[in-house]
Amino acid sequence: MASNPSIHDTIPQEKQPAVTRGGFYGRLSINQKRTLWAWAFLAVPILFYVVIRFYPTGNAMVLSFQEWNLLGDRTWNGVDNYITLFSDPVFWQVFRNTFAYLLIGTPVSLVISFIIAYHLDQVRFMHGTIRALYFVPFMTSAVAMAWVWRWFYQDVPIGLFNNMLASVGIAQIDFLDSTTNALPSILAPAIWAGLGFQIIIFMAGLRAIPRTFYEAAKIDGVSTWTVLWEITLPLLRPTIVFIVVLSSIGFLRIFDHVFNMTTANPGGPLNSTKPLVLMIYQTAFDSFDMGYAAAQTVVLFVILLIVSLIQLRLLKDR
Amino acid sequence: MKMNFRTALAALATSAAALGASGAAAQEVTIEYWQYFFEARVNAMDQLIENFEAANPNINVEMTHFPYADYRTRTAVAVPAGEGPDIVQLFYGWLNDYIDAELIQPLPADRFSPEMVESEFFPMVQAMERDGQYFALPTAVRSLALFYNQRLLDAAGVEVPTTLDELVAAAEATTERDGAGNITQVGLTTGMTAQDHHWFREVLIRQMGGEPYTDGYRNVNYDNEAGRAALDFYLGLEEQGVTQSGFMDEPQAAFRGNRAAFHIDGSFRIGALNDSRGLDWGVTELPAGPDGTRSNYSSYWVNAITSSAEGAEYDAAVLFMEYLTSPEAMQIWLDVVGELPARAEVGMTEENANNEVFGPFIRGLEYANTTIFADESAQRQVLVDMIERVQLQDMDPGESLSIAAEAEQAILDDYYGE
Repeated sequence: MASNPSIHDTIPQEKQPAVTRGGFYGRLSINQKRTLWAWAFLAVPILFYVVIRFYPTGNAMVLSFQEWNLLGDRTWNGVDNYITLFSDPVFWQVFRNTFAYLLIGTPVSLVISFIIAYHLDQVRFMHGTIRALYFVPFMTSAVAMAWVWRWFYQDVPIGLFNNMLASVGIAQIDFLDSTTNALPSILAPAIWAGLGFQIIIFMAGLRAIPRTFYEAAKIDGVSTWTVLWEITLPLLRPTIVFIVVLSSIGFLRIFDHVFNMTTANPGGPLNSTKPLVLMIYQTAFDSFDMGYAAAQTVVLFVILLIVSLIQLRLLKDR
Repeated sequence: MKMNFRTALAALATSAAALGASGAAAQEVTIEYWQYFFEARVNAMDQLIENFEAANPNINVEMTHFPYADYRTRTAVAVPAGEGPDIVQLFYGWLNDYIDAELIQPLPADRFSPEMVESEFFPMVQAMERDGQYFALPTAVRSLALFYNQRLLDAAGVEVPTTLDELVAAAEATTERDGAGNITQVGLTTGMTAQDHHWFREVLIRQMGGEPYTDGYRNVNYDNEAGRAALDFYLGLEEQGVTQSGFMDEPQAAFRGNRAAFHIDGSFRIGALNDSRGLDWGVTELPAGPDGTRSNYSSYWVNAITSSAEGAEYDAAVLFMEYLTSPEAMQIWLDVVGELPARAEVGMTEENANNEVFGPFIRGLEYANTTIFADESAQRQVLVDMIERVQLQDMDPGESLSIAAEAEQAILDDYYGE
C-alpha cells in the first residue's frame, strides 16, 4: 500500500516528459512510429545485403570495364573485356555447354523424378525406406560424389563400369576422356544427386490432388492414361513449374560436379564439359584476370535474369 | 588469424620491451615471414628461424602460413593492401606481376650482387634477375627425374634406361594387357596435365635439337621440325602401346599403385613415395636424347622482401634473406624437406650429388632450364589441348602443333602487351 502514492506520483511525472520532450519521435503518430521501427529492424538485413551483395555486385559490374590482376592498379579498358569475350570461341563453346546442361538436365531429371514419384506414391511396401534411399544422394556432398563417380568412369583396371564391360567382353567406353561422352557422363551424377529432392516435391504435389477427382474418373471408367493426362499432370502444374525453376537455376550454375570430375584438366577434354561458372573461376583464380572474369560474371547474371524472368512469367499464367 | 594475433602480441611485446629498455644499444625488431603450409617446410623454417634468432638476438622472426589452396589469392590480396609480411615466399612464376606492381624490393646489390648469384647458384636461378638486379632468391629448387618400379623391372628383366630409346624399349617390356587387349599396367605413365608439359617443353624439344622459346621466353619457337619431332615422339608412346594417358586417373596414382614401371615426376614426389607401402622404387636422371643431349626443367619458390619492409625492418629482412640463401640453410632444407639446394656448392658435394634419391635430381640441375611462364595454367592447357586434338579428334599432329604454338604466343603477347 505504501507504494500507492508513488504510483500516483509517477504517472504525472511520466506524462510530463512525454509532453515536454516533444522531440521528433514524440510528434510521430502511432503508425509512423510503427513504420520507423519496422525500418529500424529492416535496416539490419538491408545493410547486410548492401555490404555483402549489392556493393560487390555493383563493383563487379564496374570491374568488368577494367583490367586488374589483384596486384596492380585497376585500369579502365572500356568494353574490351566484352569484345574479347564475344570473339572468344571458348566462350561460345562454354555457352553451348551451359545450355546443354540446362536443356538435357532439367527435362531428364523432371521426367525421371516424376516417374519415380508417381510409382512410389502407389507403393506401400517399405515406402519410407525406398523414399529415404532416393533422398540419400541429395544429402551427400557433391564433391565426394563427383570423385566416386570419377573413379567409376575410369578405364580398366580401376573403373567400375569399364571393368563390368570388360568382364563380359565388351569394348571399353571412354566416359570422361571423350569430347562427346564427357558432358552426359558428368551430368548423370548431377541429375541423380538432385532426384531425391524433386521426388519429395512431386510426391507432396501428388498427395495434394483431391482423391475425389480420381474417384469420379473411376466411376466414369476413364483409362489410366487419360487420368494421368487430364487430371494428374494439369493439377501438378504449380509443382512442375517450381521444380523447373529450381533445377534450371541449379544446372545453369553447375560447377562442383564438373570441377571435381575433371580437376586435372578443368572443363576438359577440349573444353567440352566446361560450364560458364568454371570458366569464370579459371579466369579469376588461375589467370588472375579479374576484369575479364567480371565481364563473364555479368553475362552469367544476364542469362540467369532472363531465364528467371521467363519462368516468373510462366508462374504468373497460373 | 591466430598467427596474426600472435604477431600483434609479439609486436606489442617487442615495442614494450623497446620502450622499457630505451637506453639499450640494439633495438629489437620483429619481421614477418609468410609461406604456405606443408609440414616439412614449416618444420624446416622453424629450425632456420631458431638458428637465425640465436645469431641475431635483437631480431624476431614471426612465421605465418596458410593452406596452399588459398596461398596465392591471400598473398595477392594482402600484400597490395599493405597487410602483408616483410618477407614472402612466392612461386617464381608469380614474380613478374609482383615486380611490375612494385610490391617487392630489389635485393641490395652489395650483398646479392648479380656476379655472386651467377657464379654460386645453379644457372636457372638467373631467371630472377631483372635490369641487373635480383628481386628474389630461392633456398631450394626442384627438378624432374625418372622414377622406376624396381619390382616390375626385375619381373620383366629390364635395366634402368638412360636414353629415350632404351626407355621406350623398357616400357614396352613392362606393359601388360588383359585378354581383350586392355592395358592393365603401363610401361610409362603419361599425362600432359601432370609434369609432362614441362618434359615436353624443356626436355623433349631441346633433345630434338630445338629451343622451345626465344627472346627470353616471349616467343614460341616449337612450331618447327624439332617441335614436330618431339610431338611425334610423345604421341608415339601411346601409339606404340607403352602408355595410356589418364591411366588410373593420375600418373602418380598408377605409379604408387604398382601399376606403372616408369614415371616422370618432380623431387617433391619423394615424400609421398616414401609413404607408399609395398612400393620398391628407384630414381634416375631423365633419359638422354637421340644425340645424347640432356635437359631438365626446374621450378622453385623464392623469398622476396616486400615493399612494406622499411628502416630497421628492412635491414633485418636483408639479414634474414642472407641466412635463407646461405649454404647452411640449404643443407637444412634438403635434410628436412627433401628439396634441392639452390647453390651449386651445396648441391654438388660428393655426398649430395651421389645420394641415391636426391642425386639424380641434383645432377639434373646442372643442365636444367626454367620456363618463364606468363600464365602457367593457361600455357599448360595449350599443350593438353594439343595432344587431345590429335588423340580425341584425329587432327593432324602438325596442324595441332601449329594451333598450340599460335595459342601460346597469343597468351605471351597478351601478357607482355605486344
